[in-house]
Amino acid sequence: MSTVLEKEPPKKKDLSTDEFIKGLWKENPVFVQVLGMCPVLAVTNTASNALAMGLATAFVLLMSNILISALRNFIPKQVRISSYILIIATFVTIIDYVIQAISVELHKSLGAFISLIVVNCLILSRAEAFASKNTIGKSIMDALGMGVGFTFGLLCLGVVRELLGSKSLFGFQVFPDQFQDWIVMILPAGGFFTLAFWLLVFNIFKSKKTSS
Amino acid sequence: MNNEPLWGIFLNACLINNFVLAYFLGICPFLGVSGKVDTATKMGGAVTFVMLISAVCGYGIHSLLVFIDAPFLQLISYIVVIASTVQLVEMIIKKMSPSLFQALGIFLPLITTNCAILGLVLFQTNKGYDLFQSVFYALGAGAGFTIALLLMAGLREQMEFAEVPNVVKGTVLTLLIGGILSLTFMGFSGLNG
Repeated sequence: MSTVLEKEPPKKKDLSTDEFIKGLWKENPVFVQVLGMCPVLAVTNTASNALAMGLATAFVLLMSNILISALRNFIPKQVRISSYILIIATFVTIIDYVIQAISVELHKSLGAFISLIVVNCLILSRAEAFASKNTIGKSIMDALGMGVGFTFGLLCLGVVRELLGSKSLFGFQVFPDQFQDWIVMILPAGGFFTLAFWLLVFNIFKSKKTSS
Repeated sequence: MNNEPLWGIFLNACLINNFVLAYFLGICPFLGVSGKVDTATKMGGAVTFVMLISAVCGYGIHSLLVFIDAPFLQLISYIVVIASTVQLVEMIIKKMSPSLFQALGIFLPLITTNCAILGLVLFQTNKGYDLFQSVFYALGAGAGFTIALLLMAGLREQMEFAEVPNVVKGTVLTLLIGGILSLTFMGFSGLNG
């Protein structure tokens, strides 16, 4: 089963920066792999929500990647997925309480979606495809790259949706009062449309690159 | 305690706050398995079944955790219940219908990481539903998920024959259809009264 997800064996020596860059651009979790879509669409109605969600996910990704990579020789193959989920759930519980301690308001606006980081396919797929086969150092770089890439993707959506939906950015008004809010952007449908728009931009960019 | 009527809970989960189109839960199978109407129906059935069992177990676990005063174990125990239920369903389907097992492929074990199911159990805890309300909530959510998946699959089958620019094909087109469906479902919010 792991053959599908297997990575190519390392070729170059200076791999750690490669692992980082890969998550940012070439294998960006939001725009290229289209993984973990639920939070991407659900909590990006404002830029600050998007940022908080991205950072929380990155934290869980980093911690679980480290632990899974450290334990990779001790976890039996048959129960690995369940073990990974348990490890992830532990860190999500931690970050849930941390966010509640930092800002109750933020915790309220993110709601159940913090707990739902557990079932974010991105984290499980990194655990299965990368952390369970590589050293701790490389897993950290991978998690950082993917985490930053994910946060970047969330921010892209959050910025567009907040600007057009409530004419502000991180809570500060940007457009003048005359600007008519695009209510649809903060509604669920706006999430679908904005993500479709960004994927479209990426596709056009990619097809230009391949044709030239 | 919450004393919403049962039919209200069902309608709410199924149409007004549709899990896929209003809460964005279960987007992965929504984008992945919605290629054919047939597969979509069966996927919907499997998810509804897992939801039903998880909701009942979730209710029991919540009562137990409240009793022993350990709310921080909530998330971990929920996910374990869901994972074992999915394992059970996987075994049943493998035994009963190998062809369906083939068709669902990787998406069957991925029901574990389907946010719609964990979301359902978490929401039902937050809202303080009792056992019957939880069951109806699960049925409504499952029906809503199946409806969304079916609508999407039907539309995508039609779109097979449409000529669209190359850059729009695939995920982008699916997302656009999803957006329009989501707008349509907003019409149901008037039912809330």
